[in-house]
Amino acid sequence: MIGALGFSAPWLLAALVALPVLWIILRAVPPAPVRRRFPGVALLLGLTDSDSVADRTPWWLMLLRMLAVAAMIIGLAGPVLNPRSPDAAPSRAPLLVVLDATWASAADWTAQSALLEDILDEAARDGRRAAYLRLTDVAQGVRFAPAADLKRRIGSMVPLPWTPQTGDAEAAIAALPDEDFDSIWMSDGLDRAGRAVLLAALEARGEVTVYQSAGEVLGLTPAVPNGAGVSLRALRSGDEGMREVSVAVHGFDPAGNPQILARVPMVFESGAMEAEAELSLPSELRARVTRFEIEGQRSAGAVGLSDDSLHRREIAIIGGGRAREGMELLSPRHYLDRALEPSADMIEGDLVDVLPANPDVIILADVATLAAAEAAELTAWVERGGLLLRFAGPRLASSDVSRDTEDPLMPVRLRAGGRAVGGAMSWGEPKTLAPFSDDSPFAGLDIPEDVTVSAQVLAQPDPELAARVIAALGDGTPLVTRKSLGAGQVILFHVTANADWSTLPLTGLFVEMLERLAVLSAMAAPEAEILAGTTWQPVQVLDAFGRISNAATLAGVDGADLMAAPLGRDLHPGIYEGADRRIARSVLPRDAALEAATWPATATVIGLARRPAVPLGGWLLALALLALAADVVASLAVSGRLISARPRMGKAAVILGALAVSAVMGGPHAARAQDDIAAIDASAEIVLAHVITGDRGIDATARAGLLGLSETLYFRTSVEPAPPRGVDLEADELAFYPLLYWPVTSVQSQPSDAAYARLNRYLRAGGMIVFDTRDADIARYGSASPTGRKLQQLAAPLDIPPLEPLPGDHVLTRAFYLLQDFPGRWASREVWVEAAPADAEKIEGMPFRNLNDGVSPVVIGGNDWAAAWAIDENGAPLYPVGRGFAGERQRELAHRFGVNLVMYVLTGNYKSDQVHVPALLDRLGQ
Amino acid sequence: MSDAVPQMLRARAETEAARFPPLLARAEQLAGTVLLGDHGRRRAGMGDDFWQYRPEQQGDSTRMIDWRRSARGDERFVREREWQIAQSLMLWIDQAASMQFTSADDHPEKIDRARVLALAIAVLLVRGGERVGLTGTLLPPRRGKNQIWRLAEFFSQVDAEDFGVPESRAMIPNARAVFISDFMGDVSGVKTALTKAADRGVRGVLLQVLDPAEEAFPYRGRTIFESIGGTVAHETLKAGDLRGRYLERLAARKSELADLCALTGWQFRTHHTSDSAQAALLWLYRALDRGAV
Repeated sequence: MIGALGFSAPWLLAALVALPVLWIILRAVPPAPVRRRFPGVALLLGLTDSDSVADRTPWWLMLLRMLAVAAMIIGLAGPVLNPRSPDAAPSRAPLLVVLDATWASAADWTAQSALLEDILDEAARDGRRAAYLRLTDVAQGVRFAPAADLKRRIGSMVPLPWTPQTGDAEAAIAALPDEDFDSIWMSDGLDRAGRAVLLAALEARGEVTVYQSAGEVLGLTPAVPNGAGVSLRALRSGDEGMREVSVAVHGFDPAGNPQILARVPMVFESGAMEAEAELSLPSELRARVTRFEIEGQRSAGAVGLSDDSLHRREIAIIGGGRAREGMELLSPRHYLDRALEPSADMIEGDLVDVLPANPDVIILADVATLAAAEAAELTAWVERGGLLLRFAGPRLASSDVSRDTEDPLMPVRLRAGGRAVGGAMSWGEPKTLAPFSDDSPFAGLDIPEDVTVSAQVLAQPDPELAARVIAALGDGTPLVTRKSLGAGQVILFHVTANADWSTLPLTGLFVEMLERLAVLSAMAAPEAEILAGTTWQPVQVLDAFGRISNAATLAGVDGADLMAAPLGRDLHPGIYEGADRRIARSVLPRDAALEAATWPATATVIGLARRPAVPLGGWLLALALLALAADVVASLAVSGRLISARPRMGKAAVILGALAVSAVMGGPHAARAQDDIAAIDASAEIVLAHVITGDRGIDATARAGLLGLSETLYFRTSVEPAPPRGVDLEADELAFYPLLYWPVTSVQSQPSDAAYARLNRYLRAGGMIVFDTRDADIARYGSASPTGRKLQQLAAPLDIPPLEPLPGDHVLTRAFYLLQDFPGRWASREVWVEAAPADAEKIEGMPFRNLNDGVSPVVIGGNDWAAAWAIDENGAPLYPVGRGFAGERQRELAHRFGVNLVMYVLTGNYKSDQVHVPALLDRLGQ
Repeated sequence: MSDAVPQMLRARAETEAARFPPLLARAEQLAGTVLLGDHGRRRAGMGDDFWQYRPEQQGDSTRMIDWRRSARGDERFVREREWQIAQSLMLWIDQAASMQFTSADDHPEKIDRARVLALAIAVLLVRGGERVGLTGTLLPPRRGKNQIWRLAEFFSQVDAEDFGVPESRAMIPNARAVFISDFMGDVSGVKTALTKAADRGVRGVLLQVLDPAEEAFPYRGRTIFESIGGTVAHETLKAGDLRGRYLERLAARKSELADLCALTGWQFRTHHTSDSAQAALLWLYRALDRGAV
């Protein structure tokens, strides 16, 4: 073993001694002669060498060969980087694996579990027993089992999203077995109480090795709403100098899909343990935020859940008539404004104006009557989930609203007039509040002594009244009543919103009650006491890795616990839902701080990174092969054979090069080169092409037909095509061929989508396909024949314009020859081409319509033209056409049609130009 | 396909033909560097240019009288033209394989230089009104621009054999000749050709075109030297040792050629492909008496 390098077969290295011998042997061999072309050789003939000492192999070539041999020898000796050092004295004692298994462990859990696997493997090899102890789950106890069994259970030893509590260390010590054992402690890197005690207890039983990641632990505290923005605070346990992290703001987009709404960079200054950032989000966006997450950290501590506290509620207060100027304290709105303003967005305006803004809460302070339209809209709004909060007052008391029948927008019917108690003109003391009952939303709130009510509106006794009362006075008269209406609710305070009728608005209880009614979203987390006695159901919980899962199966928790109790098996971090609001419980509290774990000097602390053993033999052998390959090339170069004018000599180099090229480029390269050659050939001359249908007979006919047409073109026109080609629609490029002859067979396979894409591109770029159903002798154009039906299938995906039978004034009738019939082997007149534009008009005195646009992308017929054109090698026609002279005439016309077709494709419709009309007229004899 | 063959042939021919213009252009450009001197005979004779009027003499036919001049006076005049005689120049360039050699990329193959020089001198002489052709019977001397094209066409061919022998058949008596080659092959062929030429009163120029490597012999180590065609080979273990003796033989070859020229009244010069073609052309032009004979 040399440093971090070890050999599995070190004795092989002795072969290195042979290298110098090899050097001496190799250097004596002269290089092959260089072959040189030299015209002056005639003058050299007969000259002899003065001596015959061999030239020596160049030193660098020798070095290359030595390197190859040395690499091979060393490679075979089996070098290994970072070999596992054999343990000096393997311990036989049982092994206790102590896992912190907190959220902080989750960040590098992969490394931890891999390391753990290694350790358990080793323990299993040594035949040791082992046990797990998860400090976040002490209740499991400690039971030693064979290490191999334990290894299988690594998957269940995942971190949990909380931290050990104060008592857990003692519980763990109590759970330790009596025998002696060695311990391995997988630390999460955070300091906490009880660690030293446990360490001492473990050290008392045997050797303790601590594994702890060198990196710092990152955490994110819950976001705190801050005016219009949100403050974020990130923590770290170590000090790795300046570090920038990015916090992703997750939420829903307006369509309800999860999305990252924003990203906030946070910078830890060098030496700082925490970083802060302000995030300014519009109120709308803030309401949709679900969580904040430090990107790239797989840990629950890096996730800050967001609840309703970020959501600033929008509240509209409709006051019944403004108070007189300057008398604000008497205004029915004053106390509401003061209570709500810090935490909610107020919407000003008339009822009709604010409803479209869809506020969360509408407060009617002593508003008695509403217009019918207003009432209808308001009712609809409440039924959609709005919260309507009404306060009584003189107007309500004197009105007839909800007197005889219950108004939909009032929770109860009211008695006329109301009552005043404890006033100058009445008997009795002002009334105080009765304690809130347990099923009231206000349950658990402390009632200050000085809350008195001196006047109120009274509810009519009703069977439903008792169920609707949520707060009452000492004498049992309802003070606050509530009823549900659709998805929303209507709440009535039977007193005024100002201090006229009671002192309630002057006390803190008023704000707390509003809070309980979810009129306010709590800016600060609600106090545990406020929530005491309420039950909160977990909706979503976090696991240690920061993943969110549904928590339908978990039991609800008490409100006080939710706010104050430490997280644990009974209280997962997550989002909890109460009656009408959600509260998030993140892993880290708002005032959290992270501290790195400190270990006493006696403990052995090891980083998680264990460098894996890397066998180097393969690489060295590959290097040797490479060097040998280079040696081949270099030897050829030295002997002058690498670049040689004579093919015989160059062959080796060419083969070698080809091997190298094919090794690098792979097969497709050669195929591409062939494609290129074919493409160059096809584009150097005009080449007619036919589609390969797979039916050999028809393909041969098509080829022979195009050959015949090419011959005809060659002899009669200035178009001199090269031999025609078959085109494989799946593989070949079509762009080189002006015309594609497609004989349709009934058994042809449908081309692939890619082939259709190419065909459509070909058609759009000005190509033309001649479909030939070859059945004009038995069927007319249409779906009557099998090939006709096949043609419909084949052509369906093609981008083909509307068609019409070839009109008499089509350019095809005069592109080269003047034709009116287009026979092939059969003489049907049915040939279809792109329909002329509807507005093509025949101009008076002109023989043709002005069809000056484009070349028809398809010509469809069934005359089996290829058979009429087809010739054999000797130029003799292959198929009979018609009978006798008339048949030969028909073949001639078929050829003429072919010529016209090619001319039409090549020249477009210039024959349609009116410029040619006089000449054509002349020839037509008109 | 029966018509495929002519098509391919035509395509090939066009590719080949595309090479002419650059060759011709280079030749023309080279020729343009030499100022043509008028070489009229300065006496009356056959020709196009007016020379003088002279009084009619006995024996002049009536058709020879220039009536426009004669009508001005009582005497009759005959219009004489300057006697212009065209000299024939026969070219031979060695198109054998040995000429297709260049030792480095920065100078052309020997055959390329030979063709350019031959075409350039042909262009010059045709401009001067001379007739230029090839030795032998393939392309007899003619005048006119088309002849340049024909020459260029012939110069695009390549011989297969290793070393060329000057074509000495059907020499036109008293004509001029230019032989361009590397004269690396058997010298007896040259000797025969020059003797024949001298017999017929043909004088001319031998221009030896050599690659710099052939002059310097910069080779070392174990080497098999092969002729370009591959028919002759010579193996040596130390090429460096041969240098001195090779250079001696080369000098001997040159002096042999020079002696031969001195004997037959020809002129001899060695041109290297690394040198400027213009110098060689100027020398050629001057050696041919500035185009005049």
